[in-house]
This record gives sequence, structure tokens and C-alpha cells, in this order.
Amino acid sequence: MADAITFTNVSKIYGDATVLNNLTFGIPEGQITTILGFSGAGKSTLMKHILGLTHPTSGKITSLGTDMETLDELGLREFRRNFGMVFQYAALFDFLTAFENVAFPLREFTKLKESEIKAKVSELMQAVELVPESWQRLPSELSGGMRKRVGLARALALEPRIMLYDEPTSGLDPISTQVVSDLIVDTAKQNAQRKLTSLVISHDVRASLRISDNIMFLEKGKIVEYSTVQGFKNSNNPVIRRFLEL
Amino acid sequence: MTFVRTYVEGIGASILGLLAGLGRFSQFMGTVFFWGAHPPMRIKLLMDQMYFIGNKSLFIVGLTSLFSGAVFALQMYLGIKAINMDSIVGPVVAISLAKELAPVFAGLVVAGRCGSAMAAQIGSMKVTEQLDALEVMGINPHQYLAVPRVIGATLSMPLLCGIFMLVGNFGSWLVGVHVLGIDEVMYFQKLSDFMRLGHVAEGLIKAGAFGFLIGMIGTYHGFEVRGGAEGVGKGTNLAVVWGMVTVLVSDYFISSFLAKIL
Ligand SMILES: Nc1ncnc2c1ncn2[C@@H]1O[C@H](COP(=O)(O)OP(=O)(O)OP(=O)(O)O)[C@@H](O)[C@H]1O
Ligand SMILES: [Mg+2]
Repeated sequence: MADAITFTNVSKIYGDATVLNNLTFGIPEGQITTILGFSGAGKSTLMKHILGLTHPTSGKITSLGTDMETLDELGLREFRRNFGMVFQYAALFDFLTAFENVAFPLREFTKLKESEIKAKVSELMQAVELVPESWQRLPSELSGGMRKRVGLARALALEPRIMLYDEPTSGLDPISTQVVSDLIVDTAKQNAQRKLTSLVISHDVRASLRISDNIMFLEKGKIVEYSTVQGFKNSNNPVIRRFLEL
Repeated sequence: MTFVRTYVEGIGASILGLLAGLGRFSQFMGTVFFWGAHPPMRIKLLMDQMYFIGNKSLFIVGLTSLFSGAVFALQMYLGIKAINMDSIVGPVVAISLAKELAPVFAGLVVAGRCGSAMAAQIGSMKVTEQLDALEVMGINPHQYLAVPRVIGATLSMPLLCGIFMLVGNFGSWLVGVHVLGIDEVMYFQKLSDFMRLGHVAEGLIKAGAFGFLIGMIGTYHGFEVRGGAEGVGKGTNLAVVWGMVTVLVSDYFISSFLAKIL
């Protein structure tokens, strides 16, 4: 299976802190891969590299076959439209309603007519199971779980090829955690035909084991374990065993 | 000795801090210019900003200008009455309004009401990752947020300043002619004798310059916000303080420059 993202000997050094330490791996296309790790392990830094928001000190990163270093500033901006990102606290635009948040990328980047935008947003809202009563509310009037769903719909609007989730379940109650986890899986399934790749950052072990195809465990910028869920569960590595028992 | 040394070191540190801040601010202005020159130009956002600035400031500008004109007319009258020149009150007030009072007061109002709001909006967007969300979508936050605010403030300030002049002169006329009893014909005669279009132009140009600076300072302090709600509050404060100080300080330099070319 082809890899959607590859890292080759990637290191990131801030001052005298090595945040990513010579990482080499691939994220398989069309699957759900979760990066687990304790706070400060380098998970967010890794995701920023994938988006080209920061650049590696050394090494090479490719996404969808493109070497990120070959893109200039404007090319990089174009390229980012291949990604949809769901932020930890949704990061909805607080001056726009739920509906307008989802419509935002469509208005910015497509030439769709108003009626087409309406239809597309409604479709996305239904996919994330958001009832029409809440469409016209501002983010401040939505619950955390609802905000996440709006954020997911917004990220899906331009039909990205790679979905990135930053701590999708942190700060949610068990029921909402379940709902959001299911949505990640459903989203992947609904877009399986066009081989949507999902990359999740998390420290929620149980949710990760339930939704992922592959799990990578990162500690201090190094990969401790990277395998299928089954392989991860059976790992003999003491760090992983301890993490699994949490 | 150590006391003196700590003291001097303290002064040195704050000067260095100020210089570093100025450096970052210049860099920020460069970024805003770069993205301002890049398509797309978001006209709707610009209109929204102009509406926002007008909406926030119009009432206060109207109120302060009416009373500034009135009190200026009163003080001039009291000062000049003794030498029997009371009809000169009209042009003295009008010229003061045009050249100084209108642009500076409008600037202080806009710095207080809108510069702070810019810092607060952008700052809270920053701490809630909304700027990252724009970035990830491939939209430059400077282009989307700073450019329309800076241009909006630059265009709105002359309009507010013009309103300040009109209403201020109305206040002066009201008090001068109807309260203090200056002869109305003479009032307007002297006004047209001494008042020049150049005076008005000077005020409007200054107002535009102040608007530009207020917009830059307000948005800069929004983008500079770090760490949570507390950081947003700090940024908002800095935007007001530096906005007002900059209006007053730059006023001298812009005035002396305009005096040479106008
Ligand atoms: N811009 C930066 N400058 C200096 N150090 C940084 C920078 N960004 C991240 N770091 C450091 O890199 C390390 C990893 O940070 P990162 O945010 O990637 O961790 P994380 O795994 O996402 O943690 P968390 O679960 O808390 O979000 C931390 O020690 C952090 O202090
Ligand atoms: Mg993180």
C-alpha cells in the first residue's frame, strides 16, 4: 500500500532541544493512524511539519508524493488544501455562525453558487449529525461536542485527501468521546473510495485502540513503537505496557 | 554601587526591550504591506471594518466635537473680548479644529474604541487557534485580518475627522452667535476671510495617517498576544496606550512635515 505521508531522517532542533529525533516512517494511504505520546513528546510539532507550518532542521518530508521543501510560500498555501484539520478546541471562527463556518472554505476557494453552497453545507452538517436548529448559532452558543462536529464538517468541506485530528476527544465527556470517535471512523468509511487518510494525535489510549488501524507511540521525539493495533496491544515494550495499563 | 548598577541595568534593559519591540513592529508592517499588495483584495471585509469603526466611534465623535467647538468658542471669546475682536472667534475655532482638534481627538477616540477592539479580536482568535485554522486553510491571517483593518482605519479616520470639523464648527457657531451674541454676519465674514482649504486638507491628511498607525498598532498587539485570556487583556491595553501615545507624538512630526509641503 502506498504511503500518503513519508518522513525520512527528519529531525527538528529548537536551540539545544531535539524535539524530533531522526524520524523515518510512512503513514499508509486510506487508513486511520494514531500518534500517541505523553505531553511534550513532539506530537503537535510533527503535525506542524506535515502541514509545512514549520520546517525540519534536517531530513525530508513528502505528502501525497510532493516534497514539501520544493514548494514556495504560495505553493504551500495551495497545497494545504489537500488537508482538513480538526483542532483540539475546534477553532471555529467566533464571528461566524456554525453554518457560515462550514461554508467559509467553500466561499473562499470555490465558485459555487449560493444554492449549491447551501446544499453542500446541509449535506456536511447531516454527515456529522448536527441538527438544523443549531446551524444558525454562534460557536459560543454550542457545546464542546457540537463545536467539534462543526469543525469536522468545515475540515471536510473541500474534500481533503488527508484529515488531521489534534486531540479530537480531549475535554469531552465519555458519551461525546464515543460520538466523536465514531464520527472519525464513519468519515473514513464514507470517504474510503477516494482513499481518505486520517491521522489522529491523541493521548486517549482507549479511544485510539478502538478507532485506529495503526498506532505510533512517540516519546521524546523518538518512535518507541509503530505497528497495527493488534501488534501494539501485544507489544512487549515496557513503556507501551505501562501506557496501556493507564 | 550595586544599587546604581541595578538601576542603570534596568534602564538599559527597558531601552533594549523597546528597540526589540520596534523591530518586530517594523517587520509586522512589512508583512502587512506585502500581503496588502497581494490579491485577493477582500472588499467586503474592508466595508465591514469601515462600518465597524464608524459605528463604534460616530456617537462619541459627534458628542465630543460639539462640546469641543463650544468650549473653544467660549474661551476664545473670553480672551479676545477685551480687545474688541470677538468676530475673530469663528475662524480661530475653525482653524484650530481643522488643523489639530479634529484629527487628534478623533484619533484618540478611534484608538480607544477600535484599536483596542482590533487587538482583542485578533488576540482571542490567536489563543483559540483560529489563526492557525486560517493558516491551515491556506489563508494568510495578516491578509485576512490585518489588511482590511489597517485600510479601514486609514479611510475611516478622515471621514470621522471631517464630521468632527463640521459638528465642532456648529457648536462654535451655536455658542458664539446665539449664546455670546457675536454678530452673525461678521462671524461668517471673518470665517471666509481667514479659513483656507489647506487647513482642512492638513487635518484630513493627518487623520488618515493616524488611522493607519492606529490600525497597525491595534492589529500588531493582537498578533503579539501570548497565552490565554490574560494575554488578550494585556494586548488590548497596550493597543490603547500605544495608539494614543502614537497619535500625540506623531502629530508633531506629521505637522512639521506638512507645514513644509502644504
Ligand atoms: N516553537 C518552539 N520553540 C521551542 N520549543 C518548542 C517549540 N515548539 C515546541 N517546542 C518544544 O517541543 C517539545 C514538544 O512539543 P509538542 O507541542 O510537539 O508536544 P506534544 O507532544 O504536542 O505535547 P502535548 O500533548 O502537550 O500537546 C516541547 O518540549 C516544547 O517545549
Ligand atoms: Mg500538542
